[in-house]
Amino acid sequence: MVNQKKVAEIKEKVLEMCANAGVGHVTSAFSCAEIISILYYEIMQINPENPEWEDRDRFIMSKNHGSVMTYPILQDLGYIGTDEAFLKNGSHLGIHTKLEISGVDFCGGSLGIGLGFACGLAYSAKLSKKDYRTFCILGDGECYEGSVWESFLFGGAKRLNNLIAIIDRNALCITDFTEKMLPLNPMKEKLEAFGWEAREIDGHNLDEIRNSLSDIRSYRERPLCIIANTVKGHGINFMENAPLWHGKAPTDEAAFTARKELREVQYGS
Amino acid sequence: MRRMMQKCIRNFISSNSHSALLLVDIGAWPFHDLLEKYPKRAKNIGIFEPGTISLAAGLSLSGIIPIVYGISPFIAQRSLEQIKLDFAYQKTGGNFLVTGASYDFSALGYSHYCPEDVITLSTIPGVEIVTPGTPSQFETLWKDCHANSNPTYFRMTDHCNTKECSVEFGKAAVLKRGTMGCVICAAETMDKVMAAAKELDVTVLYYTTIVPFDSETLQNEIADIPKRIYLCTPFYKGSITANVVNALKGAEYGIEESGVPLEILRNYGTKDEKDCYCGLSLEQISRSMKSFFYGK
Repeated sequence: MVNQKKVAEIKEKVLEMCANAGVGHVTSAFSCAEIISILYYEIMQINPENPEWEDRDRFIMSKNHGSVMTYPILQDLGYIGTDEAFLKNGSHLGIHTKLEISGVDFCGGSLGIGLGFACGLAYSAKLSKKDYRTFCILGDGECYEGSVWESFLFGGAKRLNNLIAIIDRNALCITDFTEKMLPLNPMKEKLEAFGWEAREIDGHNLDEIRNSLSDIRSYRERPLCIIANTVKGHGINFMENAPLWHGKAPTDEAAFTARKELREVQYGS
Repeated sequence: MRRMMQKCIRNFISSNSHSALLLVDIGAWPFHDLLEKYPKRAKNIGIFEPGTISLAAGLSLSGIIPIVYGISPFIAQRSLEQIKLDFAYQKTGGNFLVTGASYDFSALGYSHYCPEDVITLSTIPGVEIVTPGTPSQFETLWKDCHANSNPTYFRMTDHCNTKECSVEFGKAAVLKRGTMGCVICAAETMDKVMAAAKELDVTVLYYTTIVPFDSETLQNEIADIPKRIYLCTPFYKGSITANVVNALKGAEYGIEESGVPLEILRNYGTKDEKDCYCGLSLEQISRSMKSFFYGK
């Protein structure tokens, strides 16, 4: 079972990767750290020894700039080597994912394209009578893109009950807060109107994440969308809800302070 | 160049009540003062590029000169149909300012590269394409054409040339005259091409406006020299070739080209490493030009 200590351990690795590379979306990764950890370690039916297993659950990281969060997990699960460098010439581990990385189903980077792709995978499972589930993590900022709502429309209309979208609702885009720029709320009502079952949770609470996904293997009428209320940069005091930290790697000094906070969660000191 | 662009936009929005700045969140931070001072005309719309381009076209119809600022792939490609229909077809004018160039954001991967912007937008008649290589060139070109009632795409780079030369919208600059043939360069390749051409007896033309293409200067400059033209651009290969061939009016020329190969760039690394991969390092350009003009 994933616990906060485990999540902090993964976050520390993410921090190191970005600090060493001098670039990376630490805050975007940390807002969905618990969600991704639970998906990989507890929910998704995957097989690291057979990454191409036909019946595996599919994972689409639509807010792909947060993909660095998945790399330490893919390393931990044995999909990729621990020596694979982040953002070096010739390396496959970039800010955004690509198919050359074992365990990755989606080349991302541009916002608004993941959910449509996920709909295609889920629809394809229906056509081929496969039982796998497709999970798609979206940023709330990308929910401004029209293509996201076209896909929500399709998923709802086709009753893709094997599709689970999770919106990382940190309420912060790149430079400003969503409700200040162009309000996205009320999201739950909008999703329900599009034919989805919508559940709102605290996206940092491990039990709430688990509970919200507990029935995904049972029969449901509609596709499921979890609106996970999160904090961008969660767990690092000076990064939380700070627009200036978007896409920015910590300096040595900032990384030291951040590491200290993460270690307090891991070791209590 | 970004700082110059910010200065130009700030001046324009402050001095012209019939102007509007629409931001798509990325790169919005430096404009916070404008967003606060002119909340009705300067807006951060959100990650909402195609819709924002359409919105800008609507504003343009009522006499407002809109500016949309974003990064190259999300404006030139994601919003291509909106530029095509809401601007070109609808005959509206506006300015699309983009950073990122071909692969300035080298760490962000293929989704954030756009060596195809020039060739893609060239397929839409009436869209002007401007590719300054220095901040002052941006300033000149901005002054020349931001209010000319046409849709204009300004491709900016973070890797500017260090040498200056004066430019004019719609005109190629003659940087050097020689007798062995002609080199055409564009945008940020000028420094490297001039360094590579230093010991070569060739004419060098520098294009900061790709569309409309200045055929006249090319025709005049190649009239009395051997029929050999070398193209060096930071765009996908082929991006300006058709313009050059059209300017030749059926005459037979030998043409060689350095540019970004037409492939999906899957590797990471720095901008310089990308240049090497694409054959656009100074050494590679130099070797290629020597080989083309002198056979060695």
